[in-house]
This record gives sequence, C-alpha cells and structure tokens, in this order.
Amino acid sequence: MQLIEIRNLCTSFDGMPVLRGVNLTVGKGTTVVILGTSGAGKSVLLKSIIGLLTPDSGSISIDGKEIVGMESQDLYTVRRRMGYLFQGAALYDSMSVRGNLEFALRRRDALDEDEMSRRVEEQLRLVGLADAIDKMPSQLSGGMRKRIGLARALITQPEVMLYDEPTTGLDPVTGREISDLIQSLQQQHAMTSIAVTHDMACARIIADSVAMLNKGVICFEGDLGAMEYVNDEFVKQFLATA
Amino acid sequence: MMRDILSNPKADCMRFIAQVGSTASFARECVLGMFRLPHDTGELFRQVDELGARSLPVVGTTGLVTGLILAIQSRPVLARFGAESYVPAMVSISVVRELGPILTALMVAGRVGSGMSAELGSMRVTEQIDAIEVSGIDSFRFLVVTRVLACGLLLPLLTGIVNVLAILGAYIAAAADMHMSWQLYFHRAVYSLWLRDVIPAILKTIVFGFIIGVIGCHQGYTATGGTSGVGRASTSAVVIASLLLLFTDMILGKVIVLVCN
Repeated sequence: MQLIEIRNLCTSFDGMPVLRGVNLTVGKGTTVVILGTSGAGKSVLLKSIIGLLTPDSGSISIDGKEIVGMESQDLYTVRRRMGYLFQGAALYDSMSVRGNLEFALRRRDALDEDEMSRRVEEQLRLVGLADAIDKMPSQLSGGMRKRIGLARALITQPEVMLYDEPTTGLDPVTGREISDLIQSLQQQHAMTSIAVTHDMACARIIADSVAMLNKGVICFEGDLGAMEYVNDEFVKQFLATA
Repeated sequence: MMRDILSNPKADCMRFIAQVGSTASFARECVLGMFRLPHDTGELFRQVDELGARSLPVVGTTGLVTGLILAIQSRPVLARFGAESYVPAMVSISVVRELGPILTALMVAGRVGSGMSAELGSMRVTEQIDAIEVSGIDSFRFLVVTRVLACGLLLPLLTGIVNVLAILGAYIAAAADMHMSWQLYFHRAVYSLWLRDVIPAILKTIVFGFIIGVIGCHQGYTATGGTSGVGRASTSAVVIASLLLLFTDMILGKVIVLVCN
C-alpha cells in the first residue's frame, strides 16, 4: 500500500527549474532514500512533501490526501502525523533540550506534566542523551544536536518521518552512529520514511529502496543492489565517487 | 553612490510598492490573528516581560531627562514674557500630548523593534520557524501575533511611566531654578491637563505599539540572505518603524486636534 505518492512535481525559483516532473511512491512502513548531488533539489523535494514549499505544478498525496493547495489549517493537521529532521537540526536556541522536546507536546497535545516529562526522558534515553536534558543547544556538539533533533521529531510519535541530510557535517564515526540510530528507531516505530542524502554509507544502513535525483527528475528507483547494474552514466559516476 | 541608488528607478519603485503591499498584508494577518483565541499565554507573558521590564530603564531615563531639559530650556523663554509660572503646565501638556508618546515609541522601536526583528530573522535563517511549522503549530500566531499584542498592550503603560517621570524631572529643575514647592508644581502640572489631552494620547500609543510590532516582526519573519540578511532586517525595522511612527504621529496629531478641539 502506497502512503506517499508524488506525481509530476515541478518547482522553480526565480524562473530556474529545480524539480522538472518528479514521480515517486513510498510504501507504508518502508524507508526510501533519495540520493543526488548537492543542489540536485533533494531538500526542495522534502520541503515540498511537508508543505514548506509550494510547487509550481504536480501533486503530492499523503495517505490519500492531496496536500498541494491544501488550506493551512488542514495542512497543520497532516503535519501532526509527520516528523522532520532538519539538516542543521534547527533546535530552538532560546530553549533548553527539555523545552525543545516539550514544545510540540505542550502546544498540540493536552498532556499532563508527568506524562510529558516521562516522554521527554524516554526519547532522550532512546537517542542516548539522557544527561543533556537541561543543556542549551549552544552547549551541544553537531552529533548531539542531530540526536536531539531526532528525539524532538520522534516525540510526537509520527507515522511519517522525513530526514534532510541526517549525516551531513558529521565525522564518519558519528555519521555511522546516527545512521544506526535512525535504522534502529525505524524498526522500533515502524514508520514510513524518506531520507535525502548524498552519503552512500548512510543509505546502505537505512534504505529499503533508493531513488536517484538528477537534473530535477528521478533517474533511478529501486533497491540498492539493483542500482549497481543500472546503465546510466550519472548513476555509475555517482556510485564510483561515493 | 547616488548613481547606484537611482540607476533603476522603475525597479526601485516596484520593490517599494511590493514591500508596502507585503507589510499591509502582514498587518492585516496580525489583526485577524489577534481575534483568533486562545493565544499562547506563556509566549505572550515572555514577550510582555521582554518588552516591559527590560525596556523600563531606557524609556524611564529618557522620560526623566526629557522633562528636566524641557523645564531648564523653557523657563528662560517663558520668563521673557513674564510667564515663568506656566512651566509646569507647559511641560505636562507637551509631554502628555506629544513628547511622551512619540519618544517612548521611538525608544521602544530602537530597542524592541530591532530585537524582535533580529530574533525572528535569526530563527528564519536557521530554519527554527520551519521547525515550528512542521510540528503542526502556526508559527505566525505563536511568534508574531503574541509579539504585536505585547507591543500594543505595553506601549500605553510605558508611555504613562515616561510621562510621570518627565513631569518629575521637570519638577527637579523647577525646584532648583525657581524654588517652586512640590504642591504648587503638582497643582499647576496636573490641573492644567484635560481628559481630551490624555485619552487621545493613550489611544495613539496603542497604534504606535502595533506599528512597532508589525514592522519589527515583518522584517524578521521575512528575512532572507543568511546573517547579513538578519542585520539588514534589524536595521530596516528601526528605520521603517521610526519614519512610520513620525508620519503616523503627524496624521493622528492633526486628527486629534480636529476631533477634540
């Protein structure tokens, strides 16, 4: 069963086309990794899926609901079923780690203080940062920020999770740890996920299937093993240099 | 430099019109948002604290010094016409009707307007506003409406404090130069004020608060271009708000005179 369906998605900025007719389907409970070079439009695609960017044309359907052109209040309802890990984590720098994790729970869900604290502590344990609960974002390293960003996205128990370059800017060891963490959380929560990255090591750990974005279109879609036998110059070049 | 500014007047005009349209649309959304309840009371109180408590030292000092200077400068002039005894009345009327509201608004625009713009601009370029949006929370209502409300609510209060301190400052000068007693000074300062001096001035400060909030938030919320964009937004917030405050004050001043006198 397909949970996310993208049809003929086109987006441009100041007349410069970025996405030129992207077609992609994501099955329920699966993880699709979108690969591509920097500037290929991967983040634009991800932001379009969650409604942060409005495409020029095309359709994005999530669980049968068309989100392109959706009223903002309805869009907020759809977003409450989704989580998003930003490339730079995008932690609220005026709040502590606890404040960051409680932010959505306090404002969206009528949870009592005890339940909220329990969920915050549980999420921090899952990402291995229980001790950081009272730290401010400025006191955290890049890897820790990613983990807290992940905990913040997961605390609302989303059905769909979107990851924007989860390992970019991290050293290989920390990148591997984050990839393992994502993979283990995927298994625990059985979420439908889309990750965009150019990190093949991350893709190998978390992907059920991959899609390659080049010049605004998906030039390959399938499993990672099949990708190595594709007769496409760009895919071959990408794999050779990754 | 001048050649650069005037190199493409048509494009500059279009940009200016687009900016005015964008600000007007933003202001309209703010007004609509204010009537959509409930508001985030935690964020509203945080903004009230930020705007009120932390602005008090700077606006209070401005009020005290303004009153002091006004009395020192006006006494010799009024003395030439034998009207020295009108110093308290002149200070209280000019401060309550005009100087208190506009000076408070300009000081708050400088301190709070630029701060709001820098904070929201920084949140925009580091994707924190996007993070609020993707968590299913209306970032405009949470960040913008609460700030504009706080400005509109607190500016009348801050202006009242500035007025009191300016009249007090003028008393210090009057007591030192003219040896006027507190009772006499107070009687002349307060009893020369009419309700038509006080009420329109208070209403005017609500409009000033709204302008500071809307301009500060609009510049920050729509900031682009990384950290330099945040700096530009912060500077623009102060410049645009100050000019708009002076222009609005001129129009409202005329309207008040027409309606109340």
